[in-house]
Amino acid sequence: MSLWVDQYRPRSLDELHYHKELTERLRSLAASGDFPHMLFYGPSGAGKKTRIGCTLKQLFGPGVEKLKIDQRVFLSPSKRKLEINVVQSNYHIEITPSEAGNYDRVVIQEILKEIAQTQQVDLSAKQRFKVVVLNEADSLTRDAQAALRRTMEKYMSNMRIILCANSTSRLIAPIKSRCLLMRVAAPNETEMHEVLKYVAKSVRIDLPPEAAHKIVEDSNGNMRKAILVLEALKMQSPDLTGPLSIAKPDWETYCHKVADLIVQEQSPARVMEVRAKFYELLSHCIPPTVILKTVAERITERVDESLKAEVMHWAAFYEVRMRMGNKKIFHLEAWVVKVMSLYKQFFYEMDISSFD
Amino acid sequence: MSFFKPQGAAKPTQKLTADPALQPWVEKYRPKTIDDVAAQEYTVAVLQKTLTSTNLPHMLFYGPPGTGKTSTILALARQLFGPDNFRNRVLELNASDERGIAIVREKVKNFARQTPRAQVVGSDGKTYPCPPYKIIILDEADSMTQDAQGALRRIMETYARITRFCLVCNYVTRIIEPLASRCSKFRFTPLDTTSSAARLEYITRAEGINVDQAVIDALIKTSSGDLRRAITYLQSASRLSASSNPPLPITSRDIQEIAGVVPDDVLNSFASVLGIAVDDAMDVDDIAKRANGSFDPIRKKVKEIIREGYSASQILSQLHDLVVSHPTLNARQKSRCALVFAEADKALCDGADEELWTLEVGLRVNKAIS
Ligand SMILES: Nc1ncnc2c1ncn2[C@@H]1O[C@H](COP(=O)(O)OP(=O)(O)O)[C@@H](O)[C@H]1O
Ligand SMILES: [Mg+2]
Repeated sequence: MSLWVDQYRPRSLDELHYHKELTERLRSLAASGDFPHMLFYGPSGAGKKTRIGCTLKQLFGPGVEKLKIDQRVFLSPSKRKLEINVVQSNYHIEITPSEAGNYDRVVIQEILKEIAQTQQVDLSAKQRFKVVVLNEADSLTRDAQAALRRTMEKYMSNMRIILCANSTSRLIAPIKSRCLLMRVAAPNETEMHEVLKYVAKSVRIDLPPEAAHKIVEDSNGNMRKAILVLEALKMQSPDLTGPLSIAKPDWETYCHKVADLIVQEQSPARVMEVRAKFYELLSHCIPPTVILKTVAERITERVDESLKAEVMHWAAFYEVRMRMGNKKIFHLEAWVVKVMSLYKQFFYEMDISSFD
Repeated sequence: MSFFKPQGAAKPTQKLTADPALQPWVEKYRPKTIDDVAAQEYTVAVLQKTLTSTNLPHMLFYGPPGTGKTSTILALARQLFGPDNFRNRVLELNASDERGIAIVREKVKNFARQTPRAQVVGSDGKTYPCPPYKIIILDEADSMTQDAQGALRRIMETYARITRFCLVCNYVTRIIEPLASRCSKFRFTPLDTTSSAARLEYITRAEGINVDQAVIDALIKTSSGDLRRAITYLQSASRLSASSNPPLPITSRDIQEIAGVVPDDVLNSFASVLGIAVDDAMDVDDIAKRANGSFDPIRKKVKEIIREGYSASQILSQLHDLVVSHPTLNARQKSRCALVFAEADKALCDGADEELWTLEVGLRVNKAIS
């Protein structure tokens, strides 16, 4: 049995709920016979992937839903084996090049060349081109992005590329200028309510307005999260009435604990304690940026106004360093020490000034 | 088995040659001769001479994207060799090709081995100079490794008699000196407004679409001298307008949306939360909120913007423009903001978190001007 998020995911442009204008654009582009390379961008859970899927269906018909999932092996220049999951239909192929880490260029080159040098063998195909969907395009290395540039121009006659990313900041200008940009904003609250109502109706449950309200508030524009929470709540309390508590994920509670530890005491011993907690989080594969942001946010809720900006400033500062550097823990820890000393200093100065 | 059959296995390739109506306009309107190349007068004049003298130096084209580098060398090669000989006389390698040293050497060796034979009159009845050498175009050469570039130097020497190299890149400083010094350098500059406008108007006429001056202005403004971008935006806008029923006229707002520009009202409301006075009066709400600290309202605004999916680098560049040209902020305030913008740009290029850095920019600009 599949999850509601998957089961009630719109499969065609007609079924998409919000951003009607965007939907119409996609529909007319698909019909125009003049489909460009595209870049879908927007926050997680806003519905980029869903929209791409619907657009593919509009382009190629139901055949595009007959998927084959393979694991393919590519060789890095140093002959290391790279295993990549490849999802494909007769009309398109979907990969997440970041699975290959720093060797994403190899994967992109091989896949694109392969597609570009082949042609649609299905004579009844509605389009003469095939589509390559590249997920997490914003984590493509510079190298891989460079490899895309000219290819996008050269093989336009039988291939289109659809990039899917959270933001366009990390994409080099030559790539952006070769794509039609499609911004997919997170749905607003009314729109989220509508979708939740639709899902509730489809599974034949009653969704009380208070419950819906709570879910929407909790999910911050992330539609996927909202539907997952709805399903989870339904398991918890079948009629969705009474006081509902949306369980925070464990890692989030854990991050909040870390924040509390930092605010309660600033000492070398406490730094050690916090470090152990960071290791724990990292070993559960919580991305270090998420850890840093969650802890920092929580701290800002608990400190004096004058410190908030500083806490976030150093979070921003150490987050970049963490990306450039190798050992995530070093930078997380450096940030903690920084915050602790700011905090101490703040109280120290307050003490002094109270003597004036 | 893969469904991707090798080319030619299924049916003649002919069927797939691009239908001009469906061709991307950047390809369709790629200059056919070097005379079609807009702006870049100096380069065109010099290359024009090489057409008559049939003597060509090694060349290095450099300049920002979409200024005509690739187009110029392709046009030149076509004018030198004509359509029949183009294929066996010109080798184009770009960053999407595997360009390790060994591979470049192998390709060039193979290619250079077949001594060029002159066949001057093309099947189209025209006469071409057809000089006795081959042209090897290394597009996007700045993404070649130093080692590969070093090896290239040797290759250039070995085959000097029968080959001419044309290196094309964005940053001339990324080409190693010994290589660069062997080439005549041609700098391509961002297209000036008049040339861009003329080229765009030429295309709209050829395509039979109607756009007003505001649209052309928006295209030029959003593409900042990159004609490829301007043409792509124009084509996207025309696709969108033509495919709606009934066709809608293209507006400058369409162009902005296609180019990913943040709308003025969004940017202005961000600026006003940061305490920058903008045209439309600040709403009272914001001022009231600022009374008990600016942190929360700024953070709230940032979250809103991120939810809308706007990109941090786009916000940054537009906020920069707004601050720099702001009528009432003083020089000191602007300078302090400049420091923040520079840091943020670097951070975003290094892949920093968008939300953290949009917030950082907001908070520090707020501090810098208060
Ligand atoms: N100077 C120019 N004159 C005419 N068209 C140009 C010029 N520069 C760019 N273009 C247009 O932009 C497209 C991309 O140009 P290209 O030569 O590939 O740029 P690059 O400098 O990045 O190699 C071309 O197809 C052409 O339509
Ligand atoms: Mg080029």
